[in-house]
Amino acid sequence: MAKPRVRVPKKAKKGEIIEIKTLIKHKMQRATKDKKTGKPIPRNIIHTFEAKFNGKAFFTGNWDTGISADPYCAFNHRVQESGEYEFVWKDDAGKTYTAKAKIEVA
Amino acid sequence: MPGIKHRMGGPVLSVLLAGAGLLALGTQTAQACEPCKGKYEVNGKKSGYLYSMPETQAMQDDDFMNPGTFWVEKGEKLWGVVEGEAGKSCKSCHGEPEKMRGVYPVYPKYDEKTKKLINIEQRINRCRTEQMKAKPWKWESEELLAMTALIGYVSRGLPVNVKVDGPAKPFFEKGKAFYFQRRGQLDMACKHCHIDYAGHYIRADLLSEGRAGGSFPTYRLKWQKLGSLHRRFKGCNKQVRAKPYKPGSDEYVNLELFVKWRSNGLPVEVPAVRR
Amino acid sequence: MSKVRIEVLDRREFLITSGAAVAALVALTNGALAKKPATEVLNELTKGAKPAEGKVKLEMPEIAENGAKVRTKITVESPMTPEDYCKSVAIIAPKNPATFVGKFNFTPDSGRAYVSTNIRLAETQEVWAVAEMSDGKFYIGKATVKVTVGGCGG
Ligand code: HEC
Ligand code: HEC
Repeated sequence: MAKPRVRVPKKAKKGEIIEIKTLIKHKMQRATKDKKTGKPIPRNIIHTFEAKFNGKAFFTGNWDTGISADPYCAFNHRVQESGEYEFVWKDDAGKTYTAKAKIEVA
Repeated sequence: MPGIKHRMGGPVLSVLLAGAGLLALGTQTAQACEPCKGKYEVNGKKSGYLYSMPETQAMQDDDFMNPGTFWVEKGEKLWGVVEGEAGKSCKSCHGEPEKMRGVYPVYPKYDEKTKKLINIEQRINRCRTEQMKAKPWKWESEELLAMTALIGYVSRGLPVNVKVDGPAKPFFEKGKAFYFQRRGQLDMACKHCHIDYAGHYIRADLLSEGRAGGSFPTYRLKWQKLGSLHRRFKGCNKQVRAKPYKPGSDEYVNLELFVKWRSNGLPVEVPAVRR
Repeated sequence: MSKVRIEVLDRREFLITSGAAVAALVALTNGALAKKPATEVLNELTKGAKPAEGKVKLEMPEIAENGAKVRTKITVESPMTPEDYCKSVAIIAPKNPATFVGKFNFTPDSGRAYVSTNIRLAETQEVWAVAEMSDGKFYIGKATVKVTVGGCGG
């Protein structure tokens, strides 16, 4: 599995609103049938996304099959202190993917 | 469309397309992204990039957003993986992947050993079987796509530059003949769409010049993943309801040389993003 | 756990409970919600209230080359203070086989009620973005996207 990508500025001013970009490689497979064999292919999508700063979730997503393959998600955060971000993606197969990034408040 | 027997010249194409449910809607020049034009238009040849919507171009331009680069990353990982009885990785013999800069633009090329053309995918697999004593990667497998993408990526910006004279000539001629040969129930050749009707709409799809020599493997929105040039050929064969050839077949490698020659001078842009 | 039961429960209850099983349930309920007609999904999200037009800016291309990945940007006007903020924005694509596309939840720490993502559109349609504010009010923004059909197979 490819590592999820996150783009977070390294530094910010106190109170600044920054943009965070994330991208993860995932098929976002909807439930369907194999075209050749007719065998059912179960749904496997990332259904939950969480962005946490110093342990506290500040932005989350509940996704359905309408979110594109290789989901991209960008959002904002108001930075008050230095710390660490943690991003978590969870899929139907029970897998959890995480990425981390640090930010410094000047 | 069984039963259609027209011999098509230019103007008849739209009639035929209409009959086939592929109504040509009109013409349009390539989508203009002014600053990129210079890069993707060389000597009047336009890359498919210029026939893409700005959103699609933007996705290609930013490595972070370009999902195709996930395969490049995978290729970088595979580069150092030891496999096969010889106990070697690509890195053991070739050093860093950047050493491969300049390789992608000149393939397919004539191969003394087999006395025919060899393309990048086949070159990779030859190293796997002969140098590493490992199993070849399957066509369109994640691994082969990833390694091909990496070899393309390190040549980004270099002009496509395949040779079509000398021993490559007869194969080039075969590829050219393929391009101009009508086939399938629609009785159409590649050239009808990509030379005669480039810049026109077919259904709601803008036809490009098909100069994809610098852009594959490409991340297609439709495929929702990276795919090889030969997969694209298959699609275009099916489009006219002709039987596609096998990826990696001599027919497709010869065709690849012709398509790549039509792109000579255009920059390598792997992994490209297209609709 | 029968599907029927899951459907009658409010999704919110699942979101506040914790544990691994819950994630699976949320997934299931999302699925159940998604299959419903757009108006029903909207009603469930707003608990029957009619969302007001305005405050929600939904930016999408007028023409999408392929419905598999359509750029979608949403910005909701809100001061984003603990007293007054936008709690969430949901995307509904009425002509998709699954009409509920996803929901994004904000907090005052978000700083701005903004999200940018890519969504799938099965055909040309008007897409809705429905925002819920901390005062319980709902707003809706719309955008029409023409989805062109791919001409070349494979
Ligand atoms: C045991 C050493 C060895 C290993 C391991 C090896 N190669 Fe090679 N490779 C060679 C040699 C030698 C050549 C040149 C052969 C020739 O000129 O015919 C070559 C040529 C190539 C070329 C063509 C270069 C050109 O200038 O045309 C490519 C592409 C290539 N290798 C890719 C790979 C990849 C990808 C791997 C790993 C999957 C790999 N090789 C593993 C020895 C190796
Ligand atoms: C009925 C029309 C039609 C025919 C005939 C056709 N194609 Fe295509 N082809 C398309 C369409 C539509 C596309 C997608 C838009 C574009 O890039 O032109 C496409 C795309 C391509 C691309 C990708 C271009 C890029 O930049 O990504 C290549 C390469 C290509 N075709 C090669 C061929 C070859 C080789 C043949 C003959 C075997 C062929 N086509 C026959 C309609 C056609």
